[in-house]
Amino acid sequence: MSEGKKSPYIVPIGPTHPALKEPVMFTFEMDGEMIRDVDFAPGQTHRGIEWMGMRRNPVQIVHLTDRICGICGVSHTLAFSRAVEQITEIEVPERADYIRTIIAEFERIQSHLLWAGVAAHELGFDSLLHLTWRVREQSMDVIENLTGNRVNYGLVQVGGVRRDIVPEQHRIIEDCLSAYEGLLGKLLDLFLHDKTIAMRCRDVGLLSKEDALKLCTVGPTARASGVNVDLRQDYPYCAYGDLDVRAILPDQYAGETRGDVYDRIVVRLLEVGQSCGIIRQCLSEMPAGEITAEPKLAKLLAICKKARGEAIGRVEAPRGECFHYVLMEGKEAPASWKVKASSYSNLMSWIPMLRGEQIADIPIIVASIDPCLSCTDRVAVVRAASRSIYSKDDLHRLSVEKTRRLQQ
Amino acid sequence: MKPTPSFNRSLWVYHFNSGSCNGCEIEIVAAITPRYDPERFGIKLVGSPRHADVMLVTGPVVKKMKDRLLRVYSQIPDPKVVMCIGTCGISGGVFYDSYNLEGPVDEVIPVDVYVPGCPPRPEAIIHGVVTALAKLERLEGGSA
Repeated sequence: MSEGKKSPYIVPIGPTHPALKEPVMFTFEMDGEMIRDVDFAPGQTHRGIEWMGMRRNPVQIVHLTDRICGICGVSHTLAFSRAVEQITEIEVPERADYIRTIIAEFERIQSHLLWAGVAAHELGFDSLLHLTWRVREQSMDVIENLTGNRVNYGLVQVGGVRRDIVPEQHRIIEDCLSAYEGLLGKLLDLFLHDKTIAMRCRDVGLLSKEDALKLCTVGPTARASGVNVDLRQDYPYCAYGDLDVRAILPDQYAGETRGDVYDRIVVRLLEVGQSCGIIRQCLSEMPAGEITAEPKLAKLLAICKKARGEAIGRVEAPRGECFHYVLMEGKEAPASWKVKASSYSNLMSWIPMLRGEQIADIPIIVASIDPCLSCTDRVAVVRAASRSIYSKDDLHRLSVEKTRRLQQ
Repeated sequence: MKPTPSFNRSLWVYHFNSGSCNGCEIEIVAAITPRYDPERFGIKLVGSPRHADVMLVTGPVVKKMKDRLLRVYSQIPDPKVVMCIGTCGISGGVFYDSYNLEGPVDEVIPVDVYVPGCPPRPEAIIHGVVTALAKLERLEGGSA
């Protein structure tokens, strides 16, 4: 009788799987119930957005950037607009900066609540999923009132914003904020003092501070491991320079940082409260004035067409730093455009988190970094129907070559 | 065995993401949560295509997902109804000129109900499911 290879055995999960909200392919190397090693292959949602963008003008691109990701659309649009504004030297009116800040923070609130619900669902706590999503609808109502759409707002335009916030809307926003501030204590209690959640999340999916720094994680995932990074604090943009924003770290709440799934829940829930405070401060300090530097789109396009130069737009998205590089060379469309979404930086942290954990912990650990694959899938290499895989060195060489080419 | 009418009316829905931006996904999940709550009519999301009556397809069908879409489609038992959620699955939408699309969805699998919008509101998605229900009843009436 031949002895078959018994261990390790391979468990493939994805690209479509009930535990995954988006297509991604995981390959787990299992030893009994324990995950020995893990590999993943993103790229199933690649739509070639940058390629399309290099054939469109900046006013059209802002509507494309909205659709890079349906959850953090404002962050991408804002990062792209800020890059173009730097190249064209358009000065954004102060009021527009405040409106941008308000909508970015509302996006953070709805995104974190969405995540909290998904996390509860992954743990099998569906009543909590339904509670958080019911609560989330209130922020969706406000977003709809401010922008006209529930998702893919189309509010930010190069040079400013497309809609003003009128005094009648202040009341609606204020009602929503006070409702959330009242609810936050209940949510914190439900998530953090629940015995089941603590048992499933404490010391699960650990990411040490060293690993978090080594793997360049960003946003709440990095902060939950004790890394003090937040673009709103480190490199303030829009109205954040006038506001007092401090990065939220788990030790402020629990007195210690462990870098586990539980800490990631702590950081995200506390950020909902922080965002409420920021929006309230913005509303009271918002100056009067124009909402866009150039209301006439034809004029705006003419300015963009003449512009030459390169710039980087960085924004703290709900999941971390969102980074857009734009190069314009006096043509209607940008000569180069590169998007690095926050999940791109965070995906690699899956590997140290998942190693050594049990198979039943996969859904919550995978969800704990709040992955957004439609943001991430930016590169696909297909050459004459044969797939080639680039090593890190190859990619680095390609990158250097491209830089040289652009410099010429 | 012919299922009873009340059993028939409880639609189970399988959701397939073919490269969407997540906008439609969150609206689909929003549609099943308490504000809209279609589960009181028996409409719910299921994890396996083999349990489903209706397939929701979101996204413009990127190259890598085409084969998977066909495989999942063939796993749903007949009679089945396919709903295409969101403009990019219907026409390509903002992604119309991308090099990586195999879509729109109706060029890959037959689509019965279209729900336009970028993304459609939860009410529109539920209305789509109700339309799908009517179609499913018609299909079953024809086959009986």
